[in-house]
Amino acid sequence: MLLDPRGPRFAAVLTTVVLAIVLVTGSGLLLLAQAVVFALTALNPRLGPYGLLFRALVAPRLDPPLELEPVAPVRFAQLVGLVFSVVGAAGWLAGLPALGLAATGAALAAAFLNAAFGLCLGCEAYLTIRRLTGRPLAGRVAAPPR
Amino acid sequence: MSRRDRPWQPGPVQSPSPAGILVLVAVLAAATAFGWWRRRHDGRLRAVRKRPSDAAAPHRATLTALGVRPGERTLVQFSAPVCAPCRAARRVLADVAARLDGVTVLEVGVDEHLDAARELDVWRTPTVLVVDGAGRVVRRAAGVPDRDELIAALTAGAAR
Repeated sequence: MLLDPRGPRFAAVLTTVVLAIVLVTGSGLLLLAQAVVFALTALNPRLGPYGLLFRALVAPRLDPPLELEPVAPVRFAQLVGLVFSVVGAAGWLAGLPALGLAATGAALAAAFLNAAFGLCLGCEAYLTIRRLTGRPLAGRVAAPPR
Repeated sequence: MSRRDRPWQPGPVQSPSPAGILVLVAVLAAATAFGWWRRRHDGRLRAVRKRPSDAAAPHRATLTALGVRPGERTLVQFSAPVCAPCRAARRVLADVAARLDGVTVLEVGVDEHLDAARELDVWRTPTVLVVDGAGRVVRRAAGVPDRDELIAALTAGAAR
């Protein structure tokens, strides 16, 4: 399965906004909602809520993508986000705001770097993780012509 | 007051928290600084220092196994399938090889050559190694290298 790389970038923008609101309001439930988004996107990046928004509202206004990227690193990054948001939500809801602040801040840093610089920390870490675990990777290929 | 009359409360803490705003500003500032730093330093060519204890060409056997031929200056690019900037790096190396005589480009997949990536201390893709004719790694860059920097390194005598 392959993705238009601008979809995950758009999702990162929305994620950044949501996580910023979580930090300011301290809303554990909003972070829990973001955790559900991470989980759904990790299961199937094409069917993640932000990905659906991208394809319904944004993609029709853009040129077709020049290249597609594999879902593996995107799913991996979403899983990392899921872990941080679940820990953060548990922190806010259990009355441990320091834990909520730390976990939400870490997730925000990754989402913002992806949104603003196109830097995918999860993807960057992939060779490192491959070196440490020996897990195989899937490839990025040219988009089929329309 | 019945339950329905109460305003809906989405979470236990709802007033703007000064600590949260502080963390927000600090994270955005730090991430922006890191992003700029990364953009500046990404792909910069670094000289590989030779320690006195090293053999003359400590990785020659590994490089030969990857396909580096003795006597040829070689640009070795480590690539991964999940790596978008690897395409850009490939274009830069092809351009450099087309402009200079006797420079060979070799692209190595980290999937197939994980042990070589470990031995050559490659942690990111793309990583480009400049190998001289004696089989020594004289320069390396993590990220997409700069074309002019590569040409300068190859023509300045660092990699004859």
